[in-house]
Amino acid sequence: MSARHLLAAQGEEFHAPGTEIFEWGPLWDGAPSWVTKPTLIVTLSVIIVVGFFWAASRRPQLVPRGVQNVGEIGYLFVRDQIARPMIGKDGDKWVPFLVSTFFFVLIMNWMGVVPVLQLPGPSHIAFAVVLAIFVYLLMWGLSIRSQGLVGWFRNMMFPPGLPKALYVLYAPIELLSVLVLRPFTHSVRLFANMFAGHLLIAFFASVAWWFLAEKVTLFGAPVGLVGFLMTIVMTGFEIFIQALQAFIFALLAASYIGGALHPDH
Amino acid sequence: MGTLAEVTGDLGSVAYGLAAIGPGIGVGIIFGQGVQAIARQPELTNVIRTNMLLGFALTEALALIGFVVPFVHS
Repeated sequence: MSARHLLAAQGEEFHAPGTEIFEWGPLWDGAPSWVTKPTLIVTLSVIIVVGFFWAASRRPQLVPRGVQNVGEIGYLFVRDQIARPMIGKDGDKWVPFLVSTFFFVLIMNWMGVVPVLQLPGPSHIAFAVVLAIFVYLLMWGLSIRSQGLVGWFRNMMFPPGLPKALYVLYAPIELLSVLVLRPFTHSVRLFANMFAGHLLIAFFASVAWWFLAEKVTLFGAPVGLVGFLMTIVMTGFEIFIQALQAFIFALLAASYIGGALHPDH
Repeated sequence: MGTLAEVTGDLGSVAYGLAAIGPGIGVGIIFGQGVQAIARQPELTNVIRTNMLLGFALTEALALIGFVVPFVHS
């Protein structure tokens, strides 16, 4: 379906793929309008993550074997690299939430390099926004519960120990950054990286296809070869970026939770 | 007197290029200093790496805003 999209847009000259490669209609004729490739990918990711951790913790044993080993490594990674450094001693309570966030985002992102599927879930901004809104509401709830509404805003805008005149500058910047920029950057970071990464791979792949298969010329072939090699390199690079973005998403979620629970550091 | 200089084509691409200069420098500084810190204190690698990524995420926010603004205004 993606190739048809691409070829329909190409006449006699090479056209780089644009945002139209993200637009997917219903999967089959007569399907409900929301049953599209992106929703299919997100549903698959949920099933994979739930299925994997269900298999890993189904019959827990003191000496782990097989899939339980892998599950424990993933769990401990999130606990030691994300929860404890960011939240502190009571971070262990938040590990289940962070594990599900991290692995859900990770699998959604990695769908971008799975053959045939090849579309990272968060390259549609809605999925990133929903996750970010959830963390944002969690931050509001935890902050009000542990500091009180007035106390939270006082700790955020007027921390003790600054020269009086600086508060004029500090308070509005901090207010804007915590209440407006946090959810915005949290969601857009994930979306923009997946969107740009997918577009980049699609661009090099279509260069390779156009110059090596559609219109083979003496001078075009080397360009197509470069496109072909770059597709492979960028796919490897994307696997790394997708994992890094999932890690940063969970890290920031933990940092917001930690900030809500312990305002003093 | 006519137009002195004119920019044609997709202005959003030009704007993103400009918006990426600052964060590019910032991200370079963060990772450079981070690697230097790890080289000096290898036993603190985990703490440094976490803070490095946090600083990276905050700096990158500026480039992200530059990335989105053309879509918002188109």
